[in-house]
Amino acid sequence: MIGVGKAKQYGNVLDKPLSRGRQEVSLSAFAFLFSELVQYNQTQVDNIAELERRLEDAGYAVGARVLELLCHRDKGNRRETRLLGILSFIHSTVWKVLFGKVADSLEKGTEHEDEYMISEKELLVNRFISVPKDMGAFNCGAFVAGIVRGVLDGAGFPAVVSAHFVPIEGQQRPRTTILIKFAEEVIKLLLQILKEFFVFVARKPRKSQYCP
Amino acid sequence: MAAIYSLFIINKSGGLIYYKDYGSAGRMDTNDSLRLASLWHSMHAISQQLSPTVGCTGIDLLRADTFDLHCFQSLTGTKFFAICEPGAPYMELLLKGIYELYTDYVLKNPFYEMEMPIRCELFELNLSQAVQKDRVALLAR
Repeated sequence: MIGVGKAKQYGNVLDKPLSRGRQEVSLSAFAFLFSELVQYNQTQVDNIAELERRLEDAGYAVGARVLELLCHRDKGNRRETRLLGILSFIHSTVWKVLFGKVADSLEKGTEHEDEYMISEKELLVNRFISVPKDMGAFNCGAFVAGIVRGVLDGAGFPAVVSAHFVPIEGQQRPRTTILIKFAEEVIKLLLQILKEFFVFVARKPRKSQYCP
Repeated sequence: MAAIYSLFIINKSGGLIYYKDYGSAGRMDTNDSLRLASLWHSMHAISQQLSPTVGCTGIDLLRADTFDLHCFQSLTGTKFFAICEPGAPYMELLLKGIYELYTDYVLKNPFYEMEMPIRCELFELNLSQAVQKDRVALLAR
């Protein structure tokens, strides 16, 4: 089929290149949609933990899809298989696509080996949201925590992810920290790989042994 | 002296949903502020009916010896009105700015119930910043 002065026609939808699409959507539209999502879920639950879980589940579905899309679009169908690789992929690539900017910081937890934190001074989903005092430490960032969990889970790094408000000195508004705690098996696997690596290095014959 | 003395936001049925005092003089207690809000709501509605001009949207400005009352009504019927110093300039702009803050930080907040009193931390924060900015601009003029 030949297009008459039009863009190239593709007979098969699968031949069509995956367009980068429009990079931005209206923040207001998103804010209203997100607000409705929270309000709807509020009608379905009877405690805050449940609400947090439901928001996280909604985010999980987004995360799983985002991983699939970005691996195809940005990484040429390759996926990060290293822990730090996937974390920095979330911190930069995923954040940039979803929120238009790289996350403010990615840190390793000081107390536990298996914890990592992504901090954001003002999380996009929290931009217009004031959580009432009676809801305690509830954070709508649970949705973003769900996205992170979705990406990590899809990439084979199961983790427990949660969102917390952390007050900053000299600032009226607290920042949001996404706490990532990897499942035991991930850490075990990492240790296993490290161990095997060291055994391999130790076994490697040294040159001097062969040259008398 | 602050240009703006106090700010009221009333919902479409005349209930006071937000009240804030800025001046030190003439503080009102809760009952008085509620009374004033519903009084203004009724006066505004009556003025629309009494006006000789066609398509009148109600009182925008009430001038008295000791104060000016500027009123801004949104399309949905929510009214924002501020009591300020006589002859204070650019009050309509400030009220429109406050309306914008209301749409952002109140209406997009999932924990706010429509037509109910406004208790949103971010709205308070941004409102006080806007009023502060207005004061600084007034001093510079």
